[in-house]
Amino acid sequence: MANDIVVGKIEPGCKKVDPILIADNVTRQFGGLTAVDVAHLEIPRGKITALIGPNGAGKTTLFNLLTGFDKPNTGSWQFEGKNLAGVPSYKVARRGMVRTFQLTKSLNAMTVIENMRLGAQKQSGENLFAGLIQMWRGQEARITAAADSLLTRFKLDAKREDYAGSLSGGQRKLLEMARALMSEPKLIMLDEPMAGVNPALTQSLLEHIKGLKANGTTVLFVEHDMHMVRHISDWVIVMAEGKVVAEGEPGVVMKDQAVIDAYLGAHHDTDLGTMKKGK
Amino acid sequence: MDWIQTFNLTVGVILDPLTAAYILCAIGLSVHFGFTGLLNFGQAAFAAVGAYGMAIGYLTLKLPLLTAMGFALLCVVVFALILGIPTLRLRADYLAIVTIAASEVFRYLMSTSAFKDVTGGSNGLSQFGYDFFDWNPIPDGQYAFGPFNWTADQFWLRVFAFGLVGVATLLVWLMMRSPWGRVLKGIREDEDAVRSLGKNVFSYKLQSLIIGGLFAGLGGIVFVLSMSNVQPQTFVTNFTFMVWTVLLLGGAASMLGPIAGGMVFFALWVFVNEILAGMAAVGWLPFLDPAQVGQVRFILIGLALMLLVIFRPQGMFGNKKELRFNG
Repeated sequence: MANDIVVGKIEPGCKKVDPILIADNVTRQFGGLTAVDVAHLEIPRGKITALIGPNGAGKTTLFNLLTGFDKPNTGSWQFEGKNLAGVPSYKVARRGMVRTFQLTKSLNAMTVIENMRLGAQKQSGENLFAGLIQMWRGQEARITAAADSLLTRFKLDAKREDYAGSLSGGQRKLLEMARALMSEPKLIMLDEPMAGVNPALTQSLLEHIKGLKANGTTVLFVEHDMHMVRHISDWVIVMAEGKVVAEGEPGVVMKDQAVIDAYLGAHHDTDLGTMKKGK
Repeated sequence: MDWIQTFNLTVGVILDPLTAAYILCAIGLSVHFGFTGLLNFGQAAFAAVGAYGMAIGYLTLKLPLLTAMGFALLCVVVFALILGIPTLRLRADYLAIVTIAASEVFRYLMSTSAFKDVTGGSNGLSQFGYDFFDWNPIPDGQYAFGPFNWTADQFWLRVFAFGLVGVATLLVWLMMRSPWGRVLKGIREDEDAVRSLGKNVFSYKLQSLIIGGLFAGLGGIVFVLSMSNVQPQTFVTNFTFMVWTVLLLGGAASMLGPIAGGMVFFALWVFVNEILAGMAAVGWLPFLDPAQVGQVRFILIGLALMLLVIFRPQGMFGNKKELRFNG
């Protein structure tokens, strides 16, 4: 199975058969702390890739850098062969690389369906003048139909008219993911999609993520839940202290000594006070 | 105390053109704050730029009145761009600081004697507005409806001012029900989320600042037309906070909020003044000199603003779920 993902030897930063995202020499420093220092990284197209690592490994910072929400000190990256470094975050999303946030960003004082509609791209009614003269009615109906079918898939259809602020934490995670899907992304980047979601919902969320892959969407997600990582990912990338320390198939990489070190902590016998903290 | 006079003044102010001017400013602020979440504490400056833009265009540049109005609105757009481009990329609080400072800077620029030839300095500009009454389609005469009693010119001024209020409200309604308005509301809730969905947040915030500013500019124009003059001390910080009170009283994210808020606010404003003045005159308020009544009103306004924000942040017409002050 690794053969249809990797070219050559499996090692941190290895080449992929069909990468959708390629990053080179991406570094980000916060003061004296190097939060991210990724020499080379490729994300395989059409697969579910998990990005794991201990707290402070730089996973979320890397997400922020790649999606234009933060600026790196050095580095370049290409999405579908086109440079994406220095591109503002909204243009990154328009190119088809859409992310969610670790701390859910539901738009609380808007209804669930309005949250969903906002996710759709290329809306003519989002131009002030076209918006004023009602040129968006037909498109709005199509967007609403797409939103309703996603809401049904995510079992949020009963909440359609409720304010997003009235949803539970887990439902907001689902809403945020469904909203991101409204933009029909090529690559969806989920930052801890399982955090705070109850076990009953977890199962359906996993199915949704697998469903995305079936539809041809590439998924990259950050997660601490090893069970989920093992269960759905095709490929696992391990980060520690800002660097990619291991890559591989989930079954293999979980047994890797570097990964065990990273999760237990390479400094597990040193005082916690001396350890770095980031994110 | 003369109850009939108190009643007539209280009711009369509801359809006063100055009330309409404040309502227009509050409509602008509802676009800024109620729908986009922009903390603009310099709405007085937008009104002042509109007022001075028209006065200078008409008196100094000798433009026809209608062109002078267009010139005033152009000035407002330029002013919004100058304020918005450097600050809208920053966090919301910075806009608040910059707008409050900019409104004071603009007022001092207008009152300094250095530009007296253009701005009239601290005396302001006067002697115009006559053309405006040449447009009056209403035949001469006295028009009385219940407690209202207007000359044809007064009637025309009110029709014009409240006509603008109606048009502005209709425009805001159309804007906010469109996908464009949805993006603004999303920005109010969380900018980064909207950015992650591919919307150019900076551009939308700038558009909102300009449009809300234009409504305030129209308010400034109505102000000048009804006073037939423009003075820098009209546009002090008090002006901004009265607009905020009008907006919050009515409801920051509602269509009818600014209108109802403005009418109720000014009716109360006049009523409290009359009652306090009457009570002070007959000696019921021994601690209050009749001349101090005006100041007491401002204290009451401050108190009302605090109570509103604490107990009824959505105002009279707002939806409580749609507007809270702390996310």
